[in-house]
Amino acid sequence: MDTLIQDKLEKEFQEKIDKDIKIEPNDWMPESYRKTLIRQISQHAHSEIVGMLPEGNWITRAPSLRRKAVLLAKVQDEAGHGLYLYSATETLGVSREDTIDDLHAGKVKYSSIFNYPTLTWADIGAIGWLVDGAAIMNQVPLCRTSYGPYARAMVKICKEESFHQRQGYEIISNLMKGTEEQKAMAQDAVNRFWWPSLMMFGPSDADSKHTEQSIRWRIKRHTNDELRQMFVDATVPQAELIGLTLPDPALAWNESRGHYDFGDIDWDEFWQVVGGNGPCNKERIEARIKAKKDGEWVREAALAYAKKHQTN
Amino acid sequence: MSSNEWPLWEVFIRSKQGLNHKHVGSLRASDASMAIQNARDVYTRRSEGISIWVVPSSLIIASDPSEMDAFFEPSDDKVYRHPTFYNLPEGIEHM
Ligand SMILES: [Fe+2]
Ligand SMILES: [Fe+2]
Repeated sequence: MDTLIQDKLEKEFQEKIDKDIKIEPNDWMPESYRKTLIRQISQHAHSEIVGMLPEGNWITRAPSLRRKAVLLAKVQDEAGHGLYLYSATETLGVSREDTIDDLHAGKVKYSSIFNYPTLTWADIGAIGWLVDGAAIMNQVPLCRTSYGPYARAMVKICKEESFHQRQGYEIISNLMKGTEEQKAMAQDAVNRFWWPSLMMFGPSDADSKHTEQSIRWRIKRHTNDELRQMFVDATVPQAELIGLTLPDPALAWNESRGHYDFGDIDWDEFWQVVGGNGPCNKERIEARIKAKKDGEWVREAALAYAKKHQTN
Repeated sequence: MSSNEWPLWEVFIRSKQGLNHKHVGSLRASDASMAIQNARDVYTRRSEGISIWVVPSSLIIASDPSEMDAFFEPSDDKVYRHPTFYNLPEGIEHM
């Protein structure tokens, strides 16, 4: 395209963004905006879907019928979130199946948190409370993201997330009212999930290569470090209230900043897990590939059935 | 691997009697009745709807956003279509 026209279109596009006018699927958008969104929304979709695996691990062993019904509903919601987001990704002109194949081929990522195992029932509490808590912190500002279909999907997701965090906190709080063994189990889960939850916000602002442009395009509304701080500030009092110790000796209220200070994140661990070397990376992708392969004949049969009935 | 991909459907939901069906998103399904079933599971898990429409996405025809200004402009200069255009004598408050 003529560079003059290109410049004009880009200028008009940025003006719309600056006025908080949403971008809709058929509107003109810079190719890099489209690519950034495809990457971010599909990663988000994959995270919802892969995120079903660690929790699904405990559905059959939930300690009561109530807990089982709740966990089933929660995991089903995550499937729904994945589907809203695949739907939003498709409005950008990519096919759902290609997007999923990219995940299976290791070309796109999902949230690093889901590469940690769920070893005890308390982990289900820790995930709901901390992992969904961190996800909500990320997702609430995304309800105002500049791309219309993404923003609308996030509004629906955020409405559904609030029960996710509460059910997790309820599990952990109940364990903390239990026997010494139960308390130790809750504390152990929090010890293992605290730091990975902080890592969910992504690299620190200094190392985050996409943040600046994403904020200019109003895809993101806050930087990774801002969101991480908001999460720490919200979570510390919740831990204190039920007698849990967060595994960070540097954690302390800073009167002058009006925020909690916290210790350094182990970025080596973060990059290792992102790079595919976390405890469960291999298992998670294998499970996704197997699910697709095992369902292949069902999808084929359904399509053949539909075609036959169309022509009759 | 995309040969067996199910078609895409747009989903519209009436949230209660008296309201229009409203677009909520899309999904993949092999045929119309599966699309309706999937739409129920994906978009109405919390009583968000009492009626669902599904339409194959390929059948939707849309106006062109790049011609939006010219296309909708004819209605912009007809201010007399709005009640505020008219002067009313003193003393008439509600009309
Ligand atoms: Fe979710
Ligand atoms: Fe959730």
